[in-house]
Amino acid sequence: MRNNGNNLALRFWQVLVLVGMFVAWHVLTVPGIVPPFYFDDPHKAPFFFGEPLKVLSRIWDWFIGGDIYRHLGVTLIETLLAFVIGTVFGVAIGIWLALAPMASAICDPYVKALNAMPRVILAPIFFVWFGLGMASKVALGVTLVFFIVFFNVYQGVREVSPVVLANARMLGASRGQLLRYVYLPSAMSWVFASLHNSVGLAFVGAVVGEYLGSSEGVGYLIHQAEGVFDINTVFAGILVLTGFALALDMVVTLVERKLLVWQPRGGETERI
Amino acid sequence: MTPALALERITCTFVSRQDRAKRYTAVKETTLVVAPGEFVSVVGPTGCGKTTLLNIAAGLLQPSAGAVRVLGELLVGTNTKAGYLFQSDALMPWRNAIDNVTAGLEFRGIAREAARAQGEEWLKRVGLSGFGDRYPHQLSGGMRKRIALAQTLILSPQILLMDEPFAALDIQTRQLMENELLELWSADRKSVVFITHDLEEAIALADRVVVLSAGPATHPIGEYRIDLSRPRDVAEVRLTPRFLELHTEIWHAMKDEVLKGYAQQRQ
Ligand SMILES: Nc1ncnc2c1ncn2[C@@H]1O[C@H](COP(=O)(O)OP(=O)(O)O)[C@@H](O)[C@H]1O
Ligand SMILES: [Mg+2]
Repeated sequence: MRNNGNNLALRFWQVLVLVGMFVAWHVLTVPGIVPPFYFDDPHKAPFFFGEPLKVLSRIWDWFIGGDIYRHLGVTLIETLLAFVIGTVFGVAIGIWLALAPMASAICDPYVKALNAMPRVILAPIFFVWFGLGMASKVALGVTLVFFIVFFNVYQGVREVSPVVLANARMLGASRGQLLRYVYLPSAMSWVFASLHNSVGLAFVGAVVGEYLGSSEGVGYLIHQAEGVFDINTVFAGILVLTGFALALDMVVTLVERKLLVWQPRGGETERI
Repeated sequence: MTPALALERITCTFVSRQDRAKRYTAVKETTLVVAPGEFVSVVGPTGCGKTTLLNIAAGLLQPSAGAVRVLGELLVGTNTKAGYLFQSDALMPWRNAIDNVTAGLEFRGIAREAARAQGEEWLKRVGLSGFGDRYPHQLSGGMRKRIALAQTLILSPQILLMDEPFAALDIQTRQLMENELLELWSADRKSVVFITHDLEEAIALADRVVVLSAGPATHPIGEYRIDLSRPRDVAEVRLTPRFLELHTEIWHAMKDEVLKGYAQQRQ
């Protein structure tokens, strides 16, 4: 009971903070409510910071008018493709290098260099290779996702308990079966543990790619609005992206719960 | 009769990875022969090389010198005739109880339905029917040991290697499991090598007790035939005069080694 009450109070305060921020934004930007204290002209504040009511009405128009769905769909597809492709490559190469010490030793400096490189600068190359369509955004996302997954898988395979491994061998597992029934599940648990990170980065790759050059997607909308100094649309795009990222994160949390049932979690008792 | 398992003049020297000149001979010139259907307990102070010896018998570790024969044949690679119950948790944490129990059958390519049926049967035999969908972290230490026992026995190995399987359990659970083990074993008399540092447990379970010296260069220093009648109840057998006699005799021979081992550990 107490817990529930606490939760409600918490929600209340959280919503209050949000409303408070919008009210402050509104009061500080709409001309004529407070006298200008930083800019010399009351119309400069909305020029730089937008006006929340216009931003919200823009979002409303997008969703009612249906313009936004195509762009959201494109961003979502790019995100998912980048995530899936990056994960598959990360898992495959991670397992391979973890089980081949020689290859791993040879590749080590290159892996480190590639990981240290700010990979967003690859975007221009991907535009040249794959054009301005979805493929270049997916490629950018893949480079971001790959390393997260790769390092986690590498770690996961390296840290398989030697006793569990010996036990599987004694139970008659062949080399291939060890890979499938021991290394892979162990590596996957590390992949799932980094799901939030990798999905988040796939999203970053997609949006940044769109922003840098494309004709579709939410990043493109923002870029276009910025080009004509339509700051309200820029903010609307940012808010939509934030909501979208939150939704994506919630889905990941649900998936994670399903996939990691076997891992101990704190406090599984029921209070009566 | 060919012995089920024969360790012949086994020596095992570990070389330090950092410094190849640093070496440690854990086991030296050890011979251990187990007859078909025989239950042999091996006792020795902690750190003397019991696990090392068992790993060699399982084919998980190559001895520096000596040979292992399984049913008369020289052992190469892992010992496929043997089941191994490890000292520490060896269940796959991402598989639930029933999937852990049937893992070996799955590796052998047995159809899922048939494997599950056998698995349920074994869960019942170790007293855990209804726990099949629990994951290892949701089970107590004793339950996990039972699952591990079922996982090993479901494959019906001819040789059973057990490494201090019950050391981590409380005394009541432990006696229950010891009795269960004897019951399961009496059904089809596998050859058993049971490692323990607990002399009472060794005598209560075994046909023969082998005592190891303290390390380094561990080797057997005594062998005792345990002529207590079967079937036994491990709690009751401890109170019989013959048990006490055997215990006194073996303990007397072991005491110096245990003290030596203890002194080494403290250094
Ligand atoms: N892989 C290894 N490398 C170096 N030393 C080892 C290794 N495995 C075991 N040892 C040493 O061998 C000795 C015997 O170990 P172990 O067989 O585990 O003892 P026990 O099972 O009797 O407690 C110990 O002193 C241990 O430090
Ligand atoms: Mg040991």
